[in-house]
Order: sequence, then C-alpha cells, then structure tokens
Amino acid sequence: MSPTIRIAIRFLLAKKRSMLMSLTGIVFGVGFFISTQAQLSGYQELFIETILGTDGAIRIEDRIQDPNVFVAASTKKNTSTNFFITDKNNRRFVEGIEHPDSVIEAISELENFEAASPVIKGSIQLQSPLRKDNGQIYGIMVDEHIAVSALEDQIQLGSIEDFRGSPMGIIMGHKMAARLDVTVGDSIIIRAVDQQQRYRIAAIFETGVSDIDKTRVFMHLSAARSLLKKPNGVSFIQVSIYDRDRAIVDAEVIERVTKHFSAPWQEREKSWMQLFKTLQVSAAITVSTIIIISGLGMFSTLFMIVMDKTREIAILRSMGYTRNDISNIFLWQGVIVLICGTILGCGIGYLITFAISYLPMPLSGIFATEYFVVNSTAWHYVQAVIAAIIIVMIACFAPSRKAGKLVPGDVIRGTAA
Amino acid sequence: MSEIKAGGQKEVALECRELHKHLGEGETRVHVLRGVSLKLYRGEVSAIVGPSGCGKSTLLYLLGLLDLQDSGSISIQGEEVPPKNDGEHTRIRGENVGFVFQFHFLLPEFSAMENVILPMRKLGRLNPKEMKSRAHALLNEVGLGDKTHRLPSQLSGGEQQRVAIARSLANTPGVLLADEPTGNLDVKNSLMVFESLTRLAKEKGQAVLIVTHNPDLAKKCDRILRMQDGQFT
Repeated sequence: MSPTIRIAIRFLLAKKRSMLMSLTGIVFGVGFFISTQAQLSGYQELFIETILGTDGAIRIEDRIQDPNVFVAASTKKNTSTNFFITDKNNRRFVEGIEHPDSVIEAISELENFEAASPVIKGSIQLQSPLRKDNGQIYGIMVDEHIAVSALEDQIQLGSIEDFRGSPMGIIMGHKMAARLDVTVGDSIIIRAVDQQQRYRIAAIFETGVSDIDKTRVFMHLSAARSLLKKPNGVSFIQVSIYDRDRAIVDAEVIERVTKHFSAPWQEREKSWMQLFKTLQVSAAITVSTIIIISGLGMFSTLFMIVMDKTREIAILRSMGYTRNDISNIFLWQGVIVLICGTILGCGIGYLITFAISYLPMPLSGIFATEYFVVNSTAWHYVQAVIAAIIIVMIACFAPSRKAGKLVPGDVIRGTAA
Repeated sequence: MSEIKAGGQKEVALECRELHKHLGEGETRVHVLRGVSLKLYRGEVSAIVGPSGCGKSTLLYLLGLLDLQDSGSISIQGEEVPPKNDGEHTRIRGENVGFVFQFHFLLPEFSAMENVILPMRKLGRLNPKEMKSRAHALLNEVGLGDKTHRLPSQLSGGEQQRVAIARSLANTPGVLLADEPTGNLDVKNSLMVFESLTRLAKEKGQAVLIVTHNPDLAKKCDRILRMQDGQFT
C-alpha cells in the first residue's frame, strides 16, 4: 500500500464521526438516486410496453402525394373523393393505404422487421339493450394483429379463439363494456356510415390506457370492410420490429421506400416521453442535493483536518513527502469515503428498489399496474456513481490543494496562513 | 565566529554561502539573516547559540530546505541545491537531511515504529521487512526497543523526542538538523536525548547542527557557533 493511502486512512479514522456523516449522506444520496431513477424508468418502460402492445412500434398511414400528379375530385356517384392532408413540411397526403400487400412486402425486407398487420379504422356507434355509445372500430386479421400487439394478453374475459371462430364476433374494451353494460356472449348493434349490423361480444380486453379501453372495438377485417364500405385498401399498417430503439430510423426508411407516412412510437408519444425525461432529470437533480450536502460536509471536515494537521504536514514535508503526496493524502481520504459510499449506496439503492417493487400501487389511465413499477438498469448505478464522484472530488479539491501548498518552514515557525 | 573544539581535515556534509533572508511584510519586514556562511563536517556536532530572534531557527530551516533564502547558496553532500525548485528540495531533503524539532511532531495516529518507518516508506529503498527491522534497531538504539508499538500518546515527552531522533535517522541522512531538541524536556531527559542524538550521529558519520538555548548542552558539542542579529559573531 502506498504511504499516502496509509496516512490517508489513519487521518480519516481519526475523524470517524465527521466522515461517517459524509459517508451516510453519500450512501443515501446514491441509494435514493438509483431507486428514484428505477421507479421513473419503470413507469416509462411500462408506458412504452403498453403503447407498443396496443399501437405497435411503427404505424404506416397515409400515402404521400406525388407533387407532379394532379388528382381531381371524383364526380361519379359510386366512388369517393380522396381528401388531401398537408403536414408541417407542406407535404400532401392521400388518406389510407391503397395496396397494403405491396407495402408489407416491401417493408418485410427490412432487417429489423418482425411483423405487420393491416387495419381498417372507422367511427361507429354502438347500441346495447340499455345504452348507446360512440367508438372506433379496428378491422384486423387476427393472427397478423396478435403478432404486432399484446391483444391476446390484454384479454380479460372470453378468448381470442372465440373471436377467431366467430365471423361476427368483436373484442371490446372493458370500459366500453361497462358503460354499455354488456359482457362476453352478449349481442350489440353497431352502426356505421348508413348501415347497422348485430355483433356478438367474443372477448373483453384491458390495455390500461383509458382512451383505448373506452373507445376501441376490434372486429374481423372482412366484417369491417363490409360495415365501413371500404372494399379496398386499409387505414393503416401496424408494424412490430425487433429493436424498438431503431423505430425512428426504420420509419424514415419505410417512408422513403413506400412513400407512405410512417410514425415511430417515439414521435407518436413525444410529449409523454419528454415528460418522463423531465421527471427523471428533475428527480436526479433533487436527489443529488443529498450528495451535494454530504460533499459540503466532507469539504468542511477535510478543511478541519488540514488545519488540524499542519504540523504533521510540515513534518511529512521535512521527511521528503512532496506537495503532491500531501495533496494526495487528502484526495485519498475523499476517494476512500467515495468508494465506501458508492458501494454501500449501490447496495442500499438495490434494496430500496427491490422493496418498492412489492409496494401495492394500483394505477390505470395511461397504463395499468397493481404494484410500484421499477426498472433498474446498470446505467442508473453508473449515473449515481458519476454524480457522487464529481461532487466528492470537487469537495476534496480545495482542502487538498491548500494542504499541498503549505510551506513547512512557515508552519513550524508558526506563520503559516 | 565559530569555536572549534576538535579540528582536523573532515569531509564537508553541508555548506552555505552568504545566506540572506527577510521575514514579514512592509513595515514589519526584518532582515533576519545577513550573509551567513557555514560548513558542517561529517561526524561533527555543532551547536548554534544566541538570543531569541537572532535567526538561529530560520537558518536551520533554510539549511534543511524547508524555506527559501532570498539570496545565497547551499550545497548538501556536494550537490548544489537549485534555488526555488521545490521538487528537488524535497528529494534532497528526503535523501540527505534529518530533522528533530523542539516539539517531536510525531504523527499521533501511528505507533512509534510506524512513525520511524514513514520516511523509509517515502524513500522506498528498503522492502517492508527491512524497514521494520531498521526501525526496530533505531528504536533499540534510543532505548525504546520494548515500546515500538506504542502510540505517541502512550509515551513520555522524552520518549517521544527519542522516537523523533530515531525517525530523523531512518534514511541515514548525511546531515541532521535539530531545533531545540531538548527545549521541552527536563534535565534528565534532555541529557538522554542529547546523548542519543550525538552518539548515533557520530557512530554513523553524520553532520549534526543543533540550535539550543542550553549552554551546558552547547558545551558538549564539538563546535559552538554564536549568532547575533542574523550573523555569526
């Protein structure tokens, strides 16, 4: 062991109480940092899982209009006119996807592509024996949609097999079912455009997202085509990918290749993701104040040790210890407290996070959970340790520099500043 | 001027030439050393005596490279000390100079043996086993062989000062500088410490310079240098 570390340990042990206070602060600062980040990250992760399980990683929607092609409004009785939508880049879109099979064939070449599900979407009105309600119909192909969503896992009552075997079956959100006062096996009337049909409730799902659970109704694609009078094309294609973090890049590629507007989940949920990021930064700053206060405590303790040990510093200098050696003695004291504090803090952080994950905390609205959700990653530990290193090193710098600058002759003569 | 008790041609361990030093600022600025020149020889014990404030201790700190002179030069063991080079001063001090101060300045957190080992650890010439063995031998020589593991707080003032002497000899320095080494001790302990210091230095061929107010101790030295107003008289 180097002599400076040996001396640092002895000096540190001589100020056990003061250093213990700083150590405690660092331990709890690091621990709380890890646990708060794990909680926020847990809820963010659950939110992402929820939106990926409901709306997929990428949604391919309207076709981007070729600016060189002029499209006139339809004048024939039995055909509809395409409406143009303009985005912020002044691009024009034709609503829907005319040739979903071609688009799916094209995107299936992507390395990150996992599955795709064409969906027809439309507004409907539902009529139960007791009540009426408005909703959104999602016409899906069962196997394809299960591959791009968590629909099968979200079913609370009934089963996907019932739905598969029932051409006029529907799957309804649990909040809508409650509002209409219906359950699995009941029949309801659905109205759309200028016709109505009777459907049987094959299953009831819960995503945890209120807006979806109270409005969304799934039915077979063919049934939706008939109800909405859309014999061709689909409203959008829901795409799942292997690496969700590449969704933005993949969406750009899909947009270029298919000439259809593609929205990755990060863009669709931008405001929520920004909120989570803000909360994480805010929590990190708040919890870091505990470490900062410990750093201030350490700063004052080290300064006291320097003032207390001027004679010892002078005698060490007289023995051949350099200015750097003296500075290092005080830096090492900080490093020792830092190492102990971060190791114990990481342990405390792990235990707090573990304990919190068993706390009951029923929640629904943007996602559903019964317990506190935590998602602890190595990065949270690294962040906490980096914060502690920066704060402790700043706290140690001035006292160690002062110690190194002491002139032994002045100290022994008694004229040191 | 110096008084020489034992003459003869001897090897110079330390030499200073025309040392000048001021202390304080502005109106309180004092010319403490006024062109002091001196040679210390191996195996010789010299004493500096003089009234308080005459510059004895200041000279000692300059010779030990603990402070910087305003002008003049110093050479130790034949090596010219570069002015204002703290790194070199520290190296030369660690290798060639041992100090004993009026107050022992032992590190209270370390045992007697550990205090003696501290300079050896820094110099790094010996392995841990050799360091322990040498520290034990040095403490034995100052009569503390049975108290090596005691903390300074468990030793008397005289014993602490003898540990400080053992520590000053740890790296076998060519020059030993002692600032009032017995100033804080009773007569019996003073004699014991002085005897330890001079005996060991002579045995190992070291040049010893002692600053003292005690005329009886000064008389026991090989040479007495009288100082007044920053100059030898």
